[in-house]
Amino acid sequence: MQTTTNRAIEVSNLSFSYEKQKVLQDINFTIQEKEFLAIIGPNGGGKSTLLKLLLGIHTLQQGQITIFGKHYSKQIANIGYVPQNTNINIHFPISVLEVVMMGQNSFKKRIFGYKKEEKIQALETLKKVNMDAFASQSISELSGGQRQRVFIARALFSNPKILLLDEPTSSLDAESSKLVYETLDALNKHITVVVVSHDISIILQHATRAFYINKKLFNHDLHHIQKNHLDKDAHICEVELLEMLGAKTC
Amino acid sequence: MLETLSYTFIQNAIIAAVLVSMITGIIGSLVVVNKMVFLSGGIAHSAYGGIGLAIFFGLPMLLSTSLFCIFVTILIALASYKQRENLDILIGLTWAVGMSLGIILVDLTPGYQSDLMSYLFGSLLAVSSDDIYYMSILLVVIIGIVFTFYREILSVSYDSEYASLRGVKTRFFYTTILILSGLTIVVSIKVVGLILVIALLTIPIYIASFFSKSLLWMMIYASLLSLFFSLVGLVLSYNFDLSSGPSIIIVSSIFLLLAFTFKQIRRAS
Repeated sequence: MQTTTNRAIEVSNLSFSYEKQKVLQDINFTIQEKEFLAIIGPNGGGKSTLLKLLLGIHTLQQGQITIFGKHYSKQIANIGYVPQNTNINIHFPISVLEVVMMGQNSFKKRIFGYKKEEKIQALETLKKVNMDAFASQSISELSGGQRQRVFIARALFSNPKILLLDEPTSSLDAESSKLVYETLDALNKHITVVVVSHDISIILQHATRAFYINKKLFNHDLHHIQKNHLDKDAHICEVELLEMLGAKTC
Repeated sequence: MLETLSYTFIQNAIIAAVLVSMITGIIGSLVVVNKMVFLSGGIAHSAYGGIGLAIFFGLPMLLSTSLFCIFVTILIALASYKQRENLDILIGLTWAVGMSLGIILVDLTPGYQSDLMSYLFGSLLAVSSDDIYYMSILLVVIIGIVFTFYREILSVSYDSEYASLRGVKTRFFYTTILILSGLTIVVSIKVVGLILVIALLTIPIYIASFFSKSLLWMMIYASLLSLFFSLVGLVLSYNFDLSSGPSIIIVSSIFLLLAFTFKQIRRAS
């Protein structure tokens, strides 16, 4: 799946603490362009913190992050983000098209309304996630899986080169999760995908590499795991996976 | 009927009902979708402190209440950034302290005889030309801000973390919504009083939410519903010699019950 050796994200000597509690310690890694990377680990292990550092939501305390060779703060526009959305009001009166157009990097038009080109672009983006038929519907009328694909479209609206997703299938049933990951597979042909998830078995079917993060980082190529284990048994357990990643020794 | 409409105080009441309905329809929608109802309740009750200051020092009522509300609003906004876990306590404090300050200042005002009930429960039939002037200015300001920055306000209200990532100044817009809510409460006090103002900021919006597919339509429907309830309440108030504020709220509540029942029946069928 990896077709180029360009470095999309490079993190070196990264450490981060909440007050005196160390959450990430001496993290070093590189993510290549068009990779599909999974970040797994226990709750409180620092997965979401790492995403928020990459996005500039948290201020960098120690270490360095470069994105496409430049300081990360100058590359935010190249990152699409799908948050956990646990705080979103699902009954909010807003159409699917309006949600997608929120993905605009800056709202250039300062008077009420949307430009025709923006609406066309939003429709094109919805097509990428097979949700264009729902464009005029209210977001509250959609199922959890459909809503998640709309949030992916919102992240794609500004044509990012990297897509970061935080637990994209945590509240979805198996069928909806499958659809979301099929969408991500299709997108991965053009952009780098980084997914934080607890859903280990499904992650292993799609990601090319996994990081296990529990304050420290453990890195593993997943190709042989897929060949040797997943074809036989898709329900790989977490302990097995951790052994494979060498994380059990931490 | 036509003779009644020729009275200046009735004309003022109708104009005020139109203006306040539009103001509360727009700002009430933002209060509801941003889950600021309790916060607005705190601002509304603390407004009594501004009323007390105006009476004690002989200041213009609308101006001093507005400035006091803006002060309280900024205080709450700052607290929500720094001490979010204690925000409920702070709202409760401003609620009680504002009212207590107002009552004590009124007690200390020598020879004061005015009817304080009109501030607590509203008096639409006593709206003056100055009040209408103030309401008109506020409506123009609200329409100007909300429609110029509609996308930013929508974005902050729907998903503030994501809006912040896309470069929207979320704190600025959050504070702006709060200040506009405070000013809306001040003008609504004339219509329904500070105790009932929350009902005007929520009931029409809740009904409008049953059939609104966008925030803009919620604002429009809520304004129209609010106007209808205010006019029906005004007619009842004039004909049966009732307080205007409670009349408007009771009419709104009856329609809320009808709308809710209709929604349940429709869902069941």
